Amino acid sequence: MSSSVLYDAPGPRARLRNRLYTVLGSLAVLGLIVFAVYRLHAKGQLEPEVWDIFNNAGVRTNLRDGLLTTLKVFAVAGALSLVLGLLLAVARLSEHKPVRWFATGFIEIFRAVPLLITIYALWVLFLTYKNDLGVLGTDTGFWGLVVGLTIYNGSVQAEVLRAGINAVPKGQVEAAYALGLRKYQVMTTLLVPQAVRSMLPTMISQLVVTLKDTSLGYIILYPELLYAARTMAGNIIVNGENPFTAVTIVVGAIYIAMCLALSSLASWIERRGRRAKTGVVVAAAAEPAEQPGVLDVTEGPLGPVEGDENRPTAK
Amino acid sequence: MNVLLDHLAEFREGFIGTVLLTLASGLLAMVLGVIVAGFRVSPVPPLRLLGTVWVTLFRNTPLTLLFLVAWFVVPVIFVPGLSPWTKALLALGFYTSSFVCEAIRSGINTVPVGQAEAARSLGMTFTQTLRMIVLPQATRTVIPPLSSIFIALTKNSAIAGAFSVTELFGVQKLLSDQGFAIAWIFLWVALGYLVITFSISGLFRLLERRLGVAR
Repeated sequence: MSSSVLYDAPGPRARLRNRLYTVLGSLAVLGLIVFAVYRLHAKGQLEPEVWDIFNNAGVRTNLRDGLLTTLKVFAVAGALSLVLGLLLAVARLSEHKPVRWFATGFIEIFRAVPLLITIYALWVLFLTYKNDLGVLGTDTGFWGLVVGLTIYNGSVQAEVLRAGINAVPKGQVEAAYALGLRKYQVMTTLLVPQAVRSMLPTMISQLVVTLKDTSLGYIILYPELLYAARTMAGNIIVNGENPFTAVTIVVGAIYIAMCLALSSLASWIERRGRRAKTGVVVAAAAEPAEQPGVLDVTEGPLGPVEGDENRPTAK
Repeated sequence: MNVLLDHLAEFREGFIGTVLLTLASGLLAMVLGVIVAGFRVSPVPPLRLLGTVWVTLFRNTPLTLLFLVAWFVVPVIFVPGLSPWTKALLALGFYTSSFVCEAIRSGINTVPVGQAEAARSLGMTFTQTLRMIVLPQATRTVIPPLSSIFIALTKNSAIAGAFSVTELFGVQKLLSDQGFAIAWIFLWVALGYLVITFSISGLFRLLERRLGVAR
């Protein structure tokens, strides 16, 4: 960052000024930290007893179970959303009008509606018809969450994949047809593999969103990490009050670690893909955009503007 | 019996609640986002660090967790006695500000290097370069991602409804608890959100056309 174009290599006066700002900035940041720690301390949140609860086997089991439940929901919903995304993307590019219209409508509606609304509606629906649903009826919270996440993220993944498929040069498809490949062969051997390769970073970034959104299970009372931690904290009393702050900090750290691990995988794949000289361009590891453009046929990039790392530095 | 017509007052209140919450937290997110983006490109290391930590922290935390922090941690540790609406505003605004910051930062990075170089050779300082040369030009590239961020914000504001703020998801919950058919409620609530998100994307498309220049 030393050679940013926004500011010169500092001269003596600028160096002095920057040093002054550095000191002031450090003091401000330090002041914020000290203030937070002071308030935490003043409210008795830094007492050893408050943090000692994490040595308790029951607390640990609770957190572990919550984490495993979150990961279970994420694994099932993530996998299903990728499958649904693939199906919807292919359906939206279909030559048959009814199929195309259905896929377009499905994608646009469920992308535009808040995920929580969908999950809640599904949950209530599952609860209402609990006895007629068989497998789904045994664990309505789980299936409400998983189906909701699948529908929403599947729609988003479909748009990402469609952008990837559209980015494959038309000449390749023409060449494949000229060689006598069938429609499904062109799709399975030519378009989808290249689309997945180019869109993998964006798809993984959307999986990070899926992982974060599993926390919506809290609202439909499904015992994933957040709900498990919250109810556990509600049942423990340390020094006369519930240790909400300590538990929240620990759970937040767990979520941040998981999301960072997954998104660094995305940017690693992006960098790796950029190194390759051949093939389609690999998309940026960023969450796909959310334009609810019903029936839009633009083939613009879905991800945000490119060029954080690889901006031109000289003409 | 039609759920929408019988409970028009609730739906209207929920709709207005969602719009107001989105507007207010969008404003907060914009202000915070621009400031933090300025931090992230500034020549002062501790401020850059603060910006990076801010973005990493808020982008990777589930919004529901931020709501829990706003409800159970902030009142105990920092400021007691906030209304639910203010708490929802804080959670949504802080969460969204990290996304706004990243959008603005990548917008800044797309402004041609020559522009900043020219500004520097005219003797402008960092703040002047950013304020008068780079940010106005970055505005154009930032508008499409911003539109996307505000649509996401509208949808995220649904979580506030679960924390007893009057808005559309709260209406869905309320009416569903009263035993109305969920499918119809879902339809009308979804329609409410569609109206808001389409207005946002229309507004931003208009803005884009206004600010766009032929290059």
